[in-house]
Amino acid sequence: MKVAVLKGGRSLERGVSLRSGARVEDALERLGHEVVSIDAGADLVKRLAAGRPDAAFVAMHGVGGEDGTVQELLEILGIPFTGPGVAACARCIDKVLAKGELRDNGVPTPDWFAFNETAFRELGAADALGELEERLGFPLMVKPSRGGSALGVRLAASWFEVPEALISAFSYDSRVLLERFVAGRELAVSVLGGEALPVVEAIPADGDPYDFEARYEIGRTDFVCPAELGEDELGAVTDAALGAYEALGCSGFSRVDLILAEEGPQVLEVNAIPGLTDTSLLPQAAEAAGMSFEELVERILELALKPAAA
Amino acid sequence: MEETPHRRRAHTSSRDLARYAGLFAARTGVMRSSAMRDLMAVTARPEVISLAGGLPDTSTFPAGTFAAQMTRIAQESTAEALQYGPTEGFAETVDCILEVMGAEGMLPDPDDVIVTTGGQQAIDLVCKTLVDPGDVVICEAPTYPGAVPVFCSYQAETIQIDCDEDGMRIDELESVLARLDSEGKRPKFVYSVPSFQNPAGVTMSLERRRRLVELARRREMLVVEDSPYGLLRFGGEPLPPLYQLDGGDFVIYVGTFSKILSPGIRLGWAVAPPPVMEKIVLGKQASDLCSSTLTQHFVREYFGERRWREYIAELVELYRGRRDTMVEALHEHFPGEATWTEPEGGLFIWATLPEYIDTGDLLAKALREDVAFVPGQAAYVDETRGRNSMRLNFSGVGDDEIREGVRRIGKAIAEQVELYGALTGEREIAAPERAAAPEDTTADVLPFRKESSA
Repeated sequence: MKVAVLKGGRSLERGVSLRSGARVEDALERLGHEVVSIDAGADLVKRLAAGRPDAAFVAMHGVGGEDGTVQELLEILGIPFTGPGVAACARCIDKVLAKGELRDNGVPTPDWFAFNETAFRELGAADALGELEERLGFPLMVKPSRGGSALGVRLAASWFEVPEALISAFSYDSRVLLERFVAGRELAVSVLGGEALPVVEAIPADGDPYDFEARYEIGRTDFVCPAELGEDELGAVTDAALGAYEALGCSGFSRVDLILAEEGPQVLEVNAIPGLTDTSLLPQAAEAAGMSFEELVERILELALKPAAA
Repeated sequence: MEETPHRRRAHTSSRDLARYAGLFAARTGVMRSSAMRDLMAVTARPEVISLAGGLPDTSTFPAGTFAAQMTRIAQESTAEALQYGPTEGFAETVDCILEVMGAEGMLPDPDDVIVTTGGQQAIDLVCKTLVDPGDVVICEAPTYPGAVPVFCSYQAETIQIDCDEDGMRIDELESVLARLDSEGKRPKFVYSVPSFQNPAGVTMSLERRRRLVELARRREMLVVEDSPYGLLRFGGEPLPPLYQLDGGDFVIYVGTFSKILSPGIRLGWAVAPPPVMEKIVLGKQASDLCSSTLTQHFVREYFGERRWREYIAELVELYRGRRDTMVEALHEHFPGEATWTEPEGGLFIWATLPEYIDTGDLLAKALREDVAFVPGQAAYVDETRGRNSMRLNFSGVGDDEIREGVRRIGKAIAEQVELYGALTGEREIAAPERAAAPEDTTADVLPFRKESSA
């Protein structure tokens, strides 16, 4: 089969995407497929139209590739593609939208407020921040609404840290959210074709629970898979993850990040197209389920071609 | 039957990775933030105006000259130019080095000179020769971003001494040395870029140069003088290099052809006292046997034409104009609270923004406008420092791009300044011509800021 691998693009997660893409290409070739490698740029549509692939493997992360933009083009061109569709991608990439959907569907997610830049610049939203202390408490998380990695994510321990954290978050998006900080175990549940894979737990190696950049680095964070969970815990975590996956309309595969707090699991976000590099969590989870990377890639491709198989 | 070669398989599992991870040396563990590395990767996009690089302008080197020189090498010295060479470098290359150093008033013994693969290798070899894990190395704050990973990979305990407009603060250096004395620690060397420093653009004053050299003599302490830009002076009086003031007893000199000829030829050098040089030569032998003989031939040909000082004069003209353009653009587009250095030479301007602006985040915003710079944290071993500063390069791109690049960065900063004003009620601060808002203007808004966070 002729498979176009879409990678790179202009997002800030370009580097990770190129690594994901390269690894997927290797796997596809070993599986005997013909690979058309495309670094998504101005000639994307032309190249897809000229190459006429049977399917597209979308290995793009962040704005542009994971937000429904590329998926929309693939739909127009009539090329089946891996991972969630346009609407699900658009919901997942935008944490504010996603959290609204989660709450409406009864999936637990930490309380939050969302603000856009206009609210502060033109409507005096700063005066409304006083409500935060009562509603969310400190410390609180400040995050750009769109964006997949830890970029722009800050923890504000007190009032004094909020303005700087907001400026940081607004560097990445015109909308930000302030979210109640939930202490607990950090878990990632990868979902493949509607089924949960073994849970990965991220444990900061140097014990600093606030170093969010470290989350993505081997050596600074230990990843345990499958996470040690009691039967009830595993049930609750899996339910929350599958609930989130469905609430956002995901298909194919995705990864749900959540905190297992005292009050139970709290979903933070859903990554429509999680990383597929050799240090990424989805491949680790698949491996724990006994699937090689090739098997994972083949399964993802199969789900794209026969969505009913999910 | 011959086996068909096949492509190496990519790592297929996290177990594979863990297997290698168990083999890694401890020195590989010291890593910079991956988020920042990913951001810097995006700056390489062709549509981005990059004020991030440290690139000299090689487009002005006459192609005809280059062709003639390389042809002559092929005609006259093919066999030698394609062969290994001595570890110390060709004597003819050392002659060229002596000429360059002579232009700055230095007269080293040719036996004290080694040709290296760029100035970067010289820094690496000095560390390889002198630094054991845990040893103290002292450098400027901010320091050359490329030196940071070298110090880290030799597991040095790096102490950074603040710079002001006269370069490294020698009083601060003295108190750090006194503290180290009391801890029974002796620094292996003090690393400095005294002229047109990368990244700060500042130049160490003559008085401080004298004090540093004197301090080195009195304490028998080594100083590593890294001087890639010494000859790229746009104005003012040249200052004597540390090496000249000291006479070469305690100063190790690092030079390079990168900024006066070409970084692509990868040729630099180190000058060190004989006992140190002996170890450096052994270190280089282990690293790469010798630097490129082909490009050493090129340097010989190039210096043989006796035009090298004219070419530097051309570069100085070019860069002076670009510095002026950048300074002008900074005045026009950066907010009133921003400060920046106005270097008398070299390639870089260091700009410092209000404290609440993190230049790593600002870079993400700037990249959406297709412009890039180096966030200040790259110049510090402790990545929490330099967060509100940035390095801007003016040698690598033309005047129009400098103006447009600075305009775009200025716009991104202005948006953050305005937003901060809206968040804290300190709008007045954003206006360059007005003084800072009085404390009480925040009283009716929110108890943000001004009080330091507990």
